[in-house]
This record gives sequence, C-alpha cells and structure tokens, in this order.
Amino acid sequence: MDLLEYQGKQLFARHGIPVPSGKPARTVEEAVAAADEIGYPCAVKAQVQIGGRGKLGGIKIAANKDEAREHAQAILGMDIKGLTVYEVWIEGASQIASEYYASVVFDRSAKAPLVMLSTKGGMDIEAVADEDPDAIAHLHVDALIGFQDFHGRQLAFDAGVDADVVRPIGAFLKQLYNTFVAEECLLVEVNPLIITPERTLTALDAKVTLDNNSLFRHKDNAELRDLSAEDPQEKMAHDRGLTYVKLDGNIGILGNGAGLVMSTLDVVKGAGGEPANFLDAGGGSKAEAITSAVEVILSDSKVEAVLFNIFGGITRCDEVANGLIEAFSQLNPSVPFVVRLDGTNDKEGRQILAEANLPNVYTEATMDGAAAKVVELAKAHHA
Amino acid sequence: MSILIDKNTRLVTTGITGSEGRFHTLRNRDYGTNVVAGVTPGKGGQDVDGIPVFNTIAEAVDKQGANTAMIFVPPPFAADSILEAEEAGIELIIAITEGIPAHDELRAFQVIKKNGRSRLVGPNCPGILSPDKANVGIIPATFFKPGNVGVVSRSGTLTYQVGNELALSGFGNSSIVGIGGDPVPGTDFIDVIGLFQDDPETELIVMCGEIGGDAEEKAAEFIGEHVTKPVVGYIAGFTAPPGKQMGHAGAIVSGSHGTAAAKAQALEAKGVRVGRTPTQVAQIAMEILGK
Repeated sequence: MDLLEYQGKQLFARHGIPVPSGKPARTVEEAVAAADEIGYPCAVKAQVQIGGRGKLGGIKIAANKDEAREHAQAILGMDIKGLTVYEVWIEGASQIASEYYASVVFDRSAKAPLVMLSTKGGMDIEAVADEDPDAIAHLHVDALIGFQDFHGRQLAFDAGVDADVVRPIGAFLKQLYNTFVAEECLLVEVNPLIITPERTLTALDAKVTLDNNSLFRHKDNAELRDLSAEDPQEKMAHDRGLTYVKLDGNIGILGNGAGLVMSTLDVVKGAGGEPANFLDAGGGSKAEAITSAVEVILSDSKVEAVLFNIFGGITRCDEVANGLIEAFSQLNPSVPFVVRLDGTNDKEGRQILAEANLPNVYTEATMDGAAAKVVELAKAHHA
Repeated sequence: MSILIDKNTRLVTTGITGSEGRFHTLRNRDYGTNVVAGVTPGKGGQDVDGIPVFNTIAEAVDKQGANTAMIFVPPPFAADSILEAEEAGIELIIAITEGIPAHDELRAFQVIKKNGRSRLVGPNCPGILSPDKANVGIIPATFFKPGNVGVVSRSGTLTYQVGNELALSGFGNSSIVGIGGDPVPGTDFIDVIGLFQDDPETELIVMCGEIGGDAEEKAAEFIGEHVTKPVVGYIAGFTAPPGKQMGHAGAIVSGSHGTAAAKAQALEAKGVRVGRTPTQVAQIAMEILGK
C-alpha cells in the first residue's frame, strides 16, 4: 500500500523524523482554516501518488489567506495525470540551503534493506542513477543487526555531505531505518531531504510503501485511504479479500494463483481477446469467495464474457463449481461463461457443473481451448 | 533420482490440526510420503488419523526422526514456525503459507543463511513433488509421473499448468519444485537449477518465471556459466501493464524493469528457449528431447 505524502509525513512525525508542521484538508474551508493556523507563507500541495505534480500546478505557495483560498479552490478537484485531487496538505513554507536524497528500500534482489543517500536531491533519483551513479551512496544493512551509527557516518562520508551535517544526517538515516523496520515498510523515501539555512534537517517530501501482509499488526496504517487511487471495482474486490486489477478489455478473467492468471491474460490476448481484469481468487478459495469474485467481475459493465481458468492445488474444483452455481442463482448473469477446471477434485467439480446445467456456461478441457472459446463468445456477444 | 525429497524424507507438518494442514498432509501420506509427525502447540499427545501430534518441532525430531518440515500455520505465526524448525535441526523446511509479512520473512531467511544448516523452500509456494517417491505440499500429484524433466517455478498453479502440458506430451518429471512468489524466497531458481544440473536423472530443465524482480535474469547468468543441460523457459505476464501489482508481492513491472520481454531476452541470450504459452513449452521440450 502506497501512502499519500501527508500520511507518510504523519508516520514520520510519530517516529521523531523532522517534517514541516501541516494539516490535511478535503474542502476549501478546511484548507483556509489550516493555512490560518499554520501561518503564512504556506504551501498548498495536491495529495496524489504521482510524480511531477508541482510542474502540473499541484503545488502552490500562498502568501496570505486570499491566496490560500484561491490555490485550494484551484487544486481540490483538479485532475493530475488521470487522478482526481480529493485532499490537499497545507504546510509551512520551508527555507532551503541544500536538497539531499535519502531512502530505505526492501531490496528483494539482495535480500536485505538497502539505504541510499545522495546530495543530489530534489530531482528524479532514477535520472541521477542513470547519469551519475557515483552520486548515490549505497549500503545494505544486515537485518539481524540493524542500522548502526557507523553505517550513518559511512553513508554521509561516501555521499560527500557538508561536513557540519555528517552527524545529523547519520542520526536522520538511523531514524529513517528504524521507521522502516517499526512500520514494516517496503520503501521509505525522502526527496528532498532539505538542509535549512539554520543547518537543521527536514523531510520535505515523504514516499512510503507499506507491506499489506503486515497490516494486521498496524491497525492505524490499515485504515489509511487514498480516495484518488480507488477504482470502485478494485475497492469492492479489496473489501472482499480478492486480488483484482482492472484492465481495459471486455473479457472477465478469474483464475487461482497469480502466475496462472497472468498466463491466462497472455493466452487470451494471444487468441485475439482483450482481458477486462486480473482476478486471483487465491489459494483455497471457498464457494463464497468465488460467488463474490463473480460479482466483482460483473460489476464492470464492459464485461461481455467471462473465463474461469482453474488448476486446483489447494483450491478444490468442487468448491469453485458450487461458487459458480451460487453466483448464477444470486446474480443471473447475462453474459456467457467459459469454465476450465483441472486439479484437486476436478471430476467432482465437472460433475456438479454438468448436473446444474447452467444456461450459457461452456466447459472446456484445456486452457488454450477455453481462451479461444471465450474470445469467440465475446465477439458474438458484442455483435 | 530426484532432488530435495524422496523415500528418505521424514515429514513433520506444523499446523497439522488446521483444516488445510490436515487435508494436505493426509493427501501427501496417501501418495506415499513418509509423514512421521505433526505439531500443534497444546495438542501434543493427540493424533491426526494415526499421525502423532507433538507440542514442539524439537520433540518431533527427537522422537520421530523428522528431517523435513512442512509449514502450514497462518501467516502471523509462520516465520516463528520456520525458525523453530531451523533451531530443531530440520534439514529441509517447505513453507506453504501465503501472506507472511515481508520483514518476518527477511529475518527468517537471514537466520537460516547465517546458520547454514537448513534449506528453506518458499514461503508462499506449492511445495515439492518427486513423482512416485514423495509429495510435500499442495501439488495435485495425480497429473505427474516419474521421468527426466525437472521443473522449477515461482508460481504454484502455473507449475501445474506447465507440468500438465508436459505430461500430456508424454513427459515425466524427476522433481517439481515451487519456489514461491514472495519477496524473499528461501530458495532461488539458481539453487534448484544447480541441483537439477547435478541430478543424473534430469535431462531437461523447465523454469517458469513471471514479471518483477531479477531472479530470471540471475538464472540466465547462472545457466550461461554453469549449466550444460538444456533449459526451457516460460515467463508469465507478457501483457501485464506497468505499475500494477499482479497478485504476487513480487509481480510488478516498474518502468522498463522486470518485464517479461526483458526476462525472455536475458534467457534467450544464454541459449534458453522461451515458450510464449505453456503449450509452447511442451512443444519445445519435444523438439529438444526428440519425442
């Protein structure tokens, strides 16, 4: 789960990482009240998870109350690269002497947390990495030992930070690392990390990715929401514990296991079809989960045919068949279904489907055959 | 021969009294796996269809000589169970549990690596099948028979799909190993490919990858340097849109990194033929082994 800037900053503040004081607002009135409380000049910042919002007019400085109102009116509701702005973050404007970059990444390749520091902050760090890789200091941390003071000094010297901030930077990195561990993040990134003219440090931006699998231990984080990123179907699926990604086509896809579903999308596309979604019903799906999944797929009005591709391991095909039957009795779908069942209890599953004799449901023996059939049916339904 | 599990496997299941743990353990035993124990804290002294249950893994090792553990406990407790198995001296730990917190997984991995006495396969994997010898995990074994093709995969159900295509073309398997789709797999492609390279029975290696990360690229490098047996690849997610996480924690294309096309290219550069569909994988296998 990716946090909005202000959610990340509030999380940082809880762990003692210096951030500008600020308040989130969802209406113009809230924004003006927040600006009055924080004082002028202040920044009005669009809360969307997309780079380059400043250049697109999503960040403005307000010198007084009228400007705060004007900027909040302009930014709330604006569209930034396809995302609607539902919230702004009002914070005190900062004085900047230097802009640095700091991050901790869950490095899957090295199987260790990776801490990075650069004096070239304020710009796209991937561009810095391409043009001047030596400008970024790297350090992998032994997760069993954690981030030590000497790690901080080493990174600060390697990155070539100003001599007077070597120790403060080291302390900042340690706090950032400890936040990464305490909140079970996959990424914490501060760009820019600014040095003020008074030589203090402030995290002027915050990018935080949380591990969804750990949210059961972090109830506060689990409740955070990003309204701009919530597609209605994706939200519905999320609420039901399903993994769903909306795509642009007209063929609804349901499978079990991420790899098989991805493979199904490829094969459907190869057969000339356009998938409407990725939906992994997960391992061990029970009948209710299948019924629920069908409801999510059909809530996308573009869907003109649905493909079930199941190869049961932990998932039992009889449960899938019963879920489909229940879905038909509850939802009475008007589009055709193609069902391919293999694996655990597949004979029972096929038997249940044959006995139910559902209207407009076609069974196929192979994945390739099922893909060809669903593409044909989608075309016929569209015609 | 086979790799990792065979007739010498003595299995203990943690979480054996849960409905899934029980169901799949009994299926594994029906297949012929030597299941010697189960563990559920507080239920020591009971049995599951004749399989003795202990309170700790150490007891299962001590009293029943367990050498392989199958982890079936829910995600909040799974890393703890992996570490318990490691400390009890279990040689091979196969973690089926899906949804373990990434930081838990990282710590467990680092402990296992540091101590160097156990191998972890998974988490979030379907397990291992060595046809006619042993099945540990949730792979539906009836589709597979003994043979000379070794299969290694990041995705469970995709393993069954590709394995089934191979079976329909008449191939059997030395072993089928699911390494799982999590951020910190205990065992990587290169580990398993190395084992297949050294296994006299394996004549062809099939590896099934997916978008995200760089495990396939690392495998390509390894194959170029160390593998003399033919390898056939498959990558899921050619049509996956960038920036969308496709189910597995690891499966995401970010920018130009982690795409299926880049992975296929890296493998093909080292002489690995990559099928574009599971059916094509079987066709390529037939061409190589001349069936």
